[in-house]
Amino acid sequence: MTELNVRFYPSQPKQVYLFGTCLADVLFPDSGIDAIEFLERQGIEVIYPDGQTCCGQPAYNSGYQDEAKQVALKQIEQFPLDIPIVVISGSCGGMMRHHYLSLLKEEPQIQGFCDRIFEFTEFLVHVLKIELKDQGPKEQVALHTSCAARREMGVHLTGRKLIEQLDNVELIVHNKESECCGFGGTFAVKHDDISAAMVADKTANLLDTGVKQFISADWGCMMNINGSLEYQNKPLAGKHIASYLLERTSESNPSNKGN
Amino acid sequence: MSVNQYTPDRTESKYTKSASTFRQNVQRDLANEELRSNFAGAMDYLMDKRKASFPSNDELETLRDQCKLIKQRALVKLPHLLEQLETKLNENGIKVHWAETINDANEIIAQLIESKGGKNIVKGKSMVSEETALNDFLQARDMEILESDMGEYIVQLANEHPSHIIMPAIHQNKKQVADIFAEHIDDFEYTTDVDTLIGEGRRILRDKFSKADVGITGVNFAVAETGTLCLVENEGNGQMSSAVPDMHIAITGIEKVVEYLDDIPPLLSLLTRSATGQAITTYFNMISKPRQPGEKDGPEEVHLVLLDNGRSQAFADEELRQTLQCIRCGACMNHCPVYTRVGGHAYGTVYPGPIGKIISPHQLGLESTKDLPTASSLCGACGEVCPVKIPIPNILLRLRKESVKDTKGGEGELKGAGSNRKATEAAIWKAWSLLHRVPAMYKVSMWFATRFRGLMPSKLGAWTSVRTAPKLAPKTLHERVKARRK
Repeated sequence: MTELNVRFYPSQPKQVYLFGTCLADVLFPDSGIDAIEFLERQGIEVIYPDGQTCCGQPAYNSGYQDEAKQVALKQIEQFPLDIPIVVISGSCGGMMRHHYLSLLKEEPQIQGFCDRIFEFTEFLVHVLKIELKDQGPKEQVALHTSCAARREMGVHLTGRKLIEQLDNVELIVHNKESECCGFGGTFAVKHDDISAAMVADKTANLLDTGVKQFISADWGCMMNINGSLEYQNKPLAGKHIASYLLERTSESNPSNKGN
Repeated sequence: MSVNQYTPDRTESKYTKSASTFRQNVQRDLANEELRSNFAGAMDYLMDKRKASFPSNDELETLRDQCKLIKQRALVKLPHLLEQLETKLNENGIKVHWAETINDANEIIAQLIESKGGKNIVKGKSMVSEETALNDFLQARDMEILESDMGEYIVQLANEHPSHIIMPAIHQNKKQVADIFAEHIDDFEYTTDVDTLIGEGRRILRDKFSKADVGITGVNFAVAETGTLCLVENEGNGQMSSAVPDMHIAITGIEKVVEYLDDIPPLLSLLTRSATGQAITTYFNMISKPRQPGEKDGPEEVHLVLLDNGRSQAFADEELRQTLQCIRCGACMNHCPVYTRVGGHAYGTVYPGPIGKIISPHQLGLESTKDLPTASSLCGACGEVCPVKIPIPNILLRLRKESVKDTKGGEGELKGAGSNRKATEAAIWKAWSLLHRVPAMYKVSMWFATRFRGLMPSKLGAWTSVRTAPKLAPKTLHERVKARRK
């Protein structure tokens, strides 16, 4: 586990990069677009480098570090300006902020690159010091925080802080909230029966809260949890926090009308 | 009471085979609802106890840092401290024996017992003696060895292995324990009352202590400065095993040595609180000498067997050396979502759970433990609670790397390195890497994937056994960002 140090945050920048992650790119692009729109509304120019692909974590976690390293080096090239890189996933963020340091320890500028990595909710709370204006109807939500966000990025509290800023939203904390959902990348297929037992418990705990919506900042976990909920024919589904915040703070959103 | 005879295998540990059937073990134990409920309940209890014993997070973190440094300091000087320990113990009248392999350790112990003409042996709790399968070895030599820790006693009666390093019988509930007693103890009056059950076990054990020729125990910390063997326990059986018989044999791994007596208080405090949430255990023994002239009790002879069994391999590598910081509290297993679900026996290794996954490859080789490093979601709960801050997830990543290493037919540095490398998997990751470092190729591939998303199978092997398949988006984020700019 990477040591969590006190982090010094920069003041609000004019420009940021967005790292969209490979999962959001081909499976869940809405959350990338929503993150960009949300950041732009805060007066920030968002640059999405077209050459970005994947942080390299799948190969890295499978033991293929040379293969991961080549991909990681290619990512670094795509983000040359000295501005923050906002990542819409805690797990990819953890990879780029912490694991790049050991994977690419020979690279002279690596510390500087890693220091520019911010997870989306972390960026909103600590860099933008955002104050959200809730436009949505009253509702209860649950929040699933990825293990990487919690233990590598130390940002499990920032998602909670953002939800707490929404006046009409009540956060319901589910049982064993800090426990892993069982995703773990290739773990879910290599050890599918253990992963299945874990996601069964996670979904049961989320369903027990009785909420109609749960939020997460990680598509890896959510792909796992949502896939399991849909397989069980449950009406509950998770939404990325970027999409949720955009929706809750948009006056024009149809679901916010009449409030 | 009857204790079943094992078929001893002296060429390799009895755990080697079962670690290589990890997947089958997991299937077996995941399907056992009673077992899962026993583990889930026990782990919840232990996690709550630990949490309550560290009311101040600042104190906990300071103590973790301190103890990590104590263990790292001892490991940096390990060869020197081991020599110093031997010298000091010799001065104190305790004889030291060096064992490179589990067979060496067993032979040394058997010869010591035989030198006393011993037949009846009592053992306090010792995971290192599980490592060497000492009971099997001695029983094959017609010696009777009795486990005196209550959990170990239950496990021995049931002819099983410990499922947890500090709570060996945690996989059994009280009804199962009562059934085991009913089956093996002749005049047992059936009850599921825990206190009565413990009383019953104690009654039998008391009698055995008084007749034992030799007592065997483990060691939690061996102090080089003073030649002191520290033994942490709750039942008094460790004290009985080390003090009542004429000969006391302690066995431990070479990594248990610490430099100073002053190192002990913080380590002890962190160990008991991390393990069971106790401020201190009921007993804490500091063994420094055999019985001295004029003393009324204590053993006439005290021996220490120091076992390597693969520890040198971990020691030789700076990153893997951190594995040896372990003080065997079991907190990593108590907090592990995988261990909680599959239980301790599924691992098929002496040490289960996260710490077992990183120790066992040094003892058994990466080949027979190939499924252990991957059986983790890398959630990090183990590293978060480890009292001596072993970066378990990072070490798992390292072992994954070692196990798929291209050793090109030559020997890897670690035993069994490269043994889990499969040509197809390696080729897939090579192709994956190429695709993700050539943006143009990546974009074209993703463009095709999303355009032909209708062709994506709705069944994706293991993934869709309990989940629906993820659906590809009609357009990639790359495309949508580009369209938005126009």
